[in-house]
Amino acid sequence: MTDSSISPRGSSPAQPTSPPAPGPDLPPPHAGGVEGTLEAGLQLKVRSQWSYARMRFFRHRLALIGLFGLIVIFGAGIFANYIAPGGFSAINLGNFQYLAHPSAKHIFGTDELGRDEFNRVIWGIRTSMEVGVFVAVVSSFIGMFVGAVAGFYGGWIDNLLMRITDLVLTLPALAILLTASALLGQGSQWRISAILVAFFWTGIARVVRGVYLSLREKEYVEAAKASGGGDMRLMFRHILPNTLGPIIVNGTLAVGTAILVEAALSFLSLGIKPPTPSLGGLINDGQANPQDWWLTVFPGITIVLIVLCVNFVGDGLRDALDPQQRRMRA
Amino acid sequence: MPDPVLSIRDLVVEFKTEDGIVHAVDGVSYDLFPGETLGIVGESGSGKSVSTLALLGLIPQPPGRIVSGTAEFKGRDLLKLKKKELRRVRGNEVAMVFQDPMTSLNPVLTVGNQLGESIKTHYPDEKGDVIKQRVIDLLKLVGVPNAETRYAQYPHEFSGGMRQRAMIAMSITNSPALLIADEPTTALDVTIQAQVLEVLKRVQAETHAATILITHDLGIVAEMCDRVLVMYAGHIVESGDVETIFRSPRHPYTIGLMDSLPKLTEDEEWLRPITGSPPSLIDLPPGCPFHPRCFLAREKCRESNPPLEPVGGSAHLSACHFSDELIGHKSKFSQEAVA
Repeated sequence: MTDSSISPRGSSPAQPTSPPAPGPDLPPPHAGGVEGTLEAGLQLKVRSQWSYARMRFFRHRLALIGLFGLIVIFGAGIFANYIAPGGFSAINLGNFQYLAHPSAKHIFGTDELGRDEFNRVIWGIRTSMEVGVFVAVVSSFIGMFVGAVAGFYGGWIDNLLMRITDLVLTLPALAILLTASALLGQGSQWRISAILVAFFWTGIARVVRGVYLSLREKEYVEAAKASGGGDMRLMFRHILPNTLGPIIVNGTLAVGTAILVEAALSFLSLGIKPPTPSLGGLINDGQANPQDWWLTVFPGITIVLIVLCVNFVGDGLRDALDPQQRRMRA
Repeated sequence: MPDPVLSIRDLVVEFKTEDGIVHAVDGVSYDLFPGETLGIVGESGSGKSVSTLALLGLIPQPPGRIVSGTAEFKGRDLLKLKKKELRRVRGNEVAMVFQDPMTSLNPVLTVGNQLGESIKTHYPDEKGDVIKQRVIDLLKLVGVPNAETRYAQYPHEFSGGMRQRAMIAMSITNSPALLIADEPTTALDVTIQAQVLEVLKRVQAETHAATILITHDLGIVAEMCDRVLVMYAGHIVESGDVETIFRSPRHPYTIGLMDSLPKLTEDEEWLRPITGSPPSLIDLPPGCPFHPRCFLAREKCRESNPPLEPVGGSAHLSACHFSDELIGHKSKFSQEAVA
């Protein structure tokens, strides 16, 4: 039969991709969307979304600076026992100096007990880092799970979980944190972290829920469902990888925020219990001797640098992981 | 005749909307026999997709609701299966090929990974390398060149036709007894269409799956199908084997559909569309739903909805009060040789 709507059929199911013009000196195909032709003469490097993201990230100058800064600062924190082997409360009794100005011997000076401020900052970095990373990781997991369940199921489950989230968001965090710290007293960094986690999961939960709400309607989710996937499989195997971008970005930024909040609490002497140094706690200690500027300035600068670097990295990741963006930075 | 693989009786599906209840599928019954390809044609909104999606529990409920009906498949009623049992059927004994290959593959999983997923879903204990080999074999079967390389690629590295091949491969991973292809070529351009249909044919020959092919393209029906159902406003208006329907259609809607196609052999200035527009499924016209657009319509058509009754041969059914008047009606197709 003849019918205009069907084309004359080819005798062989030939590959529909058009072969590229042969030539040894072809420039590498432009990123994105180029059909992966693998005919002889042209080797196309197969790139995953992640490798595109990595490329974009490494072309983001500020993000690289931030990453470098973080490696240096967090590296100092991680290797604190090599960089400042005496520990944070070591006092040089042989050559005892208290409130000494910064010098070659004590590059950040010493505090009122004669402890080396540089050592204390390094150990403070470790504490702050522990808080920041712990809070970011744990709250990301909680937020991811809550957001995934809420967004995927919708309906009353979504309503319930999101109202709980709203409730937590409406609580004045600082007031609660102050009350909690006042009631419980100062504690270890882990206790502070646990309290912070209770507030930090909400942001990620909302972001993840939003992404799930739109992704669950996608055809590929429908297709996965039609091939027999259960809810858990759809949620975590098919949808979750699509939400990793926002989760990573938010998680990274949460590191900075958690460090700031912990510093604020410690500054109000409601945070981490001395003698464990934390950056906020060091600034608080420095307040007692305002004329000895090095006791506040060095930990202060360290906090600023950490948060700045974290935010640079977060921004870089946001740009790199944004699936809408195929553009490459020159 | 052998026992049918799938036997649908009086399927009624409704959707609740703000404007009222949409009667998407209204009393549909049909049988599907082993190895055959059944085409379902109709305009958008005629219920052709919904009637098959309902079988797999893939219509969102709410707003959708399966009001009544049975769908017997291998001795079970699909419509009465529990969620978990239905999940075991989906992608295993009954599989689907979706319309738009561009959006039906997950962009962040490699194609091989996604195909493997549908095996793992049903056979969680299968070994990784066995799955991989099976997936590569499937990709080869559907004509994806360089299957080993393609296995590790992401959907964005596939062209539309290649993606639809991958989708077809995905649907047959577990050798289904029933394959539902929901407008598998609508999103593709015509040359690719022909190739994909070729793949579908090959796959069917390989798996012996009974196939339901949903389309609005009569050309594809003529090319691919053994039997055809014509749907209008949630009802089956005519059914029969392809040759009978194309040679001697006995429902005015079918005739309208065929006449609306341009003919290659004649120089036509104008297309001949069916007059009017499809009815609102919320507020169907009384009597025969097609009567406001029908060239045969009379008083009787406004009063009662004609049942689907045998006309001519026993396998040829038509739902028209005046189908006898259409005997000998020459559609464009009947003038041309049905290949």
